[in-house]
Amino acid sequence: MIGTAWTILRKDLQIELRTKESVPAMALFSVTVFVLFHFGLQRNELEGDLAAGVLWVTLILATVLAVNRLFVTEREQGGIDGLLLAPIDRTSVFIAKAGALFLYLVLLELVAVPAFGILLLGPDLFKPLPTLILLLLLADVGLAAVGALVSALAVETRARDLIVPLLLLPLLVPVAIAGAQATEPLFSGNQAAHELGKWVGLLGLYDMVFLLVSIAVFDFLLED
Amino acid sequence: MYGKGLRPLSIASAAALGTAIGLVFFYAPLDADQGFIQKIFYIHVPLAIVTLGGFIAGGLMGIKYLRTGDRSWDMRSYVAIHLSIVLAVAVLITGAIWAKASWGHWWVWDEPTLVSFLIIFLLYCCYQPLRFSIEDPDRQARYAAVFAIIAGAFVPLNFVAVRLAQSFSHPRVLSTTGGNMPGSMRLTFYVSLLAIALLYVTLWKLELTSKNASIQLKRLRVRLEGVLEEQHSAAGAPAPPVGTVPASPRDS
Repeated sequence: MIGTAWTILRKDLQIELRTKESVPAMALFSVTVFVLFHFGLQRNELEGDLAAGVLWVTLILATVLAVNRLFVTEREQGGIDGLLLAPIDRTSVFIAKAGALFLYLVLLELVAVPAFGILLLGPDLFKPLPTLILLLLLADVGLAAVGALVSALAVETRARDLIVPLLLLPLLVPVAIAGAQATEPLFSGNQAAHELGKWVGLLGLYDMVFLLVSIAVFDFLLED
Repeated sequence: MYGKGLRPLSIASAAALGTAIGLVFFYAPLDADQGFIQKIFYIHVPLAIVTLGGFIAGGLMGIKYLRTGDRSWDMRSYVAIHLSIVLAVAVLITGAIWAKASWGHWWVWDEPTLVSFLIIFLLYCCYQPLRFSIEDPDRQARYAAVFAIIAGAFVPLNFVAVRLAQSFSHPRVLSTTGGNMPGSMRLTFYVSLLAIALLYVTLWKLELTSKNASIQLKRLRVRLEGVLEEQHSAAGAPAPPVGTVPASPRDS
């Protein structure tokens, strides 16, 4: 199963490498949103809760772009028929798609977080970086699981581009809560009130619940 | 045949609602802090509990549909979620009225139950757009069931997340767990909860009955048309040209 998943994942990465469809768009989008926030909030530098909020909301909005595209190539080029005809476990398709989304998100953050540090963040980015990386990776697992599921759910509908954000954003509210709350003390230097464990626990719970639910229901989305 | 038990159920829910309203206005004591406006609690909280119960029941019926492939479970799940969405609007409106009366604002962000309810409402608002933008009826039922399961799992998770996000220093004005409610208030609350739950089940059954009846009517009408057509062609209408396919598959 892991072998098949790896094959599909490699195919997706190769397509992304050649078409450069998702990741550059996400990176560009996130930098644009930072500029928008600069004017919208009328601040040159952000710190504390504002900084945490802007970073997490931007990352979550950028996720929507990738989720919109995740199954589209399969659908438009008929690749989904090939996947359905192949004698493989459907779960491996989910793992591959979620894995691809996870990698896109990591690549996005490699661009967006430094850009955020340069453009908007007031305090130093390097000191809280290890904790921030841990939080981002944990959140990416949840974003990838929910994103792959929503993408598969929406790709068969007529109004795909409308369904994805409407469905995805409420589902991602717990990630926004945990991410922003855990990041706020990192950007304000107020380490005393830090409850990192609570938020890491919440992100872990979120990842686990949605990974299990996704694996349980994904088969029914690809059944024809 | 589908409306079996609908009449006693309606009578029971009407009686329970009447009793609940009587208890709310004549039996339950006035709240010392909030006075008369606190009585909205007896409609707001039971509505919220029943709505969430309906969402979760919709998810369980979705699981049942995916397991059995029986379309009637899909119909049940659809009606449950659809009704809960309607009731959720009532929950948000009564909640806003209560918040305005007791805290002076239409909306308070530090009331975790209200906030999580809004998020869940926003999520379930996508149920119908998602469902009706899929044309194939079989796929529609399957995808709707998957949505119902995901969203059902999301409901408790979201409550945990929003509650954690509140600083615990904020005083809880009214604890709904019943820990500090006097007995007469608690009795009134439970009767109201029972009444709203009965009302929900009655409405659910009523809509299900009406949906099933209209499906049956449609089926009968199609059959009638087939019979009429057959009689028409037997009565000497011009026979279709040789080699063409009969217009309707029921002609055979």
